[in-house]
Amino acid sequence: MLGVIRNKSIRHTFSNFRHFSSPAKQMTVRDALNSALDEEMSADPKVGEYQGAYKISKGLLEKYGPERVRDTPITEAGFTGIGVGAAYYGLKPVVEFMTFNFSMQAIDHIINSAAKSNYMSAGQISVPIVFRGPNGAAAGVGAQHSHCYASWYGSCPGLKVLAPYSSEDARGLLKAAIRDPDPVVFLENELLYGESFPVSAEVLDSSFCLPIGKAKIEKEGKDVTITAFSKMVGFALKAAEILEKEGISAEVINLRSIRPLDRSTINASVRKTNRLVTVEEGFPQHGVGAEICTSVIEESFGYLDAPVERIAGADVPMPYAANLERLAVPQVEDIVRAAKRACHRSVPMAAAA
Amino acid sequence: MALSRLASSSTVGSNLIKPITAAISLHHRPISSDATTTLTIETSLPFTAHNCSPPSTSVTTTPSELLSFFRTMALMRRMEIAADSLYKSKLIRGFCHLYDGQEAVAVGMEASTTKKDCIITAYRDHCTFLGRGGTLIEVYSELMGRIDGCSKGKGGSMHFYKKDSGFYGGHGIVGAQVPLGCGLAFGQKYLKDESVTFALYGDGAANQGQLFEALNIAALWDLPAILVCENNHYGMGTAEWRAAKSPAYYKRGDYVPGLKVDGMDVLAVKQAVKFAKEHALQNGPLILEMDTYRYHGHSMSDPGSTYRTRDEISGVRQERDPIERVRKLILSHDIATEKELK
Repeated sequence: MLGVIRNKSIRHTFSNFRHFSSPAKQMTVRDALNSALDEEMSADPKVGEYQGAYKISKGLLEKYGPERVRDTPITEAGFTGIGVGAAYYGLKPVVEFMTFNFSMQAIDHIINSAAKSNYMSAGQISVPIVFRGPNGAAAGVGAQHSHCYASWYGSCPGLKVLAPYSSEDARGLLKAAIRDPDPVVFLENELLYGESFPVSAEVLDSSFCLPIGKAKIEKEGKDVTITAFSKMVGFALKAAEILEKEGISAEVINLRSIRPLDRSTINASVRKTNRLVTVEEGFPQHGVGAEICTSVIEESFGYLDAPVERIAGADVPMPYAANLERLAVPQVEDIVRAAKRACHRSVPMAAAA
Repeated sequence: MALSRLASSSTVGSNLIKPITAAISLHHRPISSDATTTLTIETSLPFTAHNCSPPSTSVTTTPSELLSFFRTMALMRRMEIAADSLYKSKLIRGFCHLYDGQEAVAVGMEASTTKKDCIITAYRDHCTFLGRGGTLIEVYSELMGRIDGCSKGKGGSMHFYKKDSGFYGGHGIVGAQVPLGCGLAFGQKYLKDESVTFALYGDGAANQGQLFEALNIAALWDLPAILVCENNHYGMGTAEWRAAKSPAYYKRGDYVPGLKVDGMDVLAVKQAVKFAKEHALQNGPLILEMDTYRYHGHSMSDPGSTYRTRDEISGVRQERDPIERVRKLILSHDIATEKELK
């Protein structure tokens, strides 16, 4: 169902039809990540992957050998520090966290050893490292395993933070991350690994790469802008479908890049639609939506016809029970409601009681 | 000419730099004709080994090497004391951790390594940076936040780097430099560079968990990493017997061999480092514990006398000072006169 909708929306946004003369191949996000890693490791002998789980690195050990694909002990501070040190020396490591919850054990190395080194050394030390792994809520894994780190890492100068949604995103952004000379935090989503998306021949080519810092307009619209990243992009697109039937044309922006944030695309969209809904799975306070809201107020205040609606996960540690978990993360109906509020609410006149 | 530029920047600075120029004038003295004769000198204390056989206590050296040891250590000593005055005059801000007393470790290490070997240390890094080829201008400019500093004034006291000489900093977070150092060693092994990494840390950092995580991985993967504990017996203000259940840091590696070295004897350091490099290239990681001492407190905001007695500090200065030891050696072997060494 989602695949068919995506094909339709792609035809509207792409002006060049040549890519779609043959039916698009389907690829899961897992395979997209795996193929991106494979190609980058093949292209550059300095790229290596450390820590393996979730089958993202399937087949790479056989192909590249244990020198380049290393399973480490479950000691994040140690192996992350070693990865950063290897990057100081000139290698291009890809360090996998089983989930980003465990990155907190190594966060000193990500922030203080990796992100800040280029600045502190006035450019002498560059750190071409990628930290990747699943981020945010999964299914029934409880509070300690469901935290979203997008806003944590997104606030740190010296880091680039990416959040792919589709297989095209996964391939293009991971390749860009590996090729980038600076540390990149690559936030995947466990529940998206098995999802399939159409990929064009251009995406499958080994030279394919997406620019860091550029958002993608997944669906154009004129009444309200909805920003999202990772799994929420899918929910936003579903919400847009529902809204369409009710006469509200939503523009869905897939952020792709949390840091640097594509402020110009977001602001251009809001200047067109005059209304904004930000969606994220993570906690609301100091979240990605808060930053987007401020950016729009700073640059496009006069264009807003309604207050910005911020949809985020509930401000509680993630509960285990399935019904509570469902209530703790945004659902499609929450996005629909917020979009309607943004569209139908008007600013009350000062004199009204 | 470089030094006169520094002298003109402030009167305080010029008064302090004068003693350093006097030390440097030693450069121009003609060295005695037998400068390259080999001398064999016994280290003052034996090495204590853990899971390995210690190297011999007979160290070969030459008169010119001894003179260069003296010169460099004296330069380092005076540099740190000048930094003390600059900090008190508020020309250096924030953190300033001084190395005076520990010079033998930095200098002895340089004697047995090349610039392809990597050194990474924590924040007490001014002398280590100098040993790796840094200049006084780069040190003082960085400390004073000027663009001629080694990090263009953006790093400060704790963030000196000299990548082209294998010096990777300069790190402010206690213990973080050890996994980073093991990562450098990983790179060296991966690229087959036949060089090693020395990751320096203090007795305070020796209790950090990430050290053991990194050591475990280094031993599993046979990385050419040498962990050097500069044990000055105080982790900030906490004496080692109050911080560590087992202050035998050279044994802390358990399955990883270790060597305890008199860190105030530059020749012992030279020998131990040579041994460690050979070992690491063949057998993987090793721990060196340098028994050393710092005369200053932990940093400039620490007088250093609230947790140790002045008698202890002056006692070490009288009996174990690394520069005095080399001075006595030079005089007793008639390499230079008393006057020349001033």
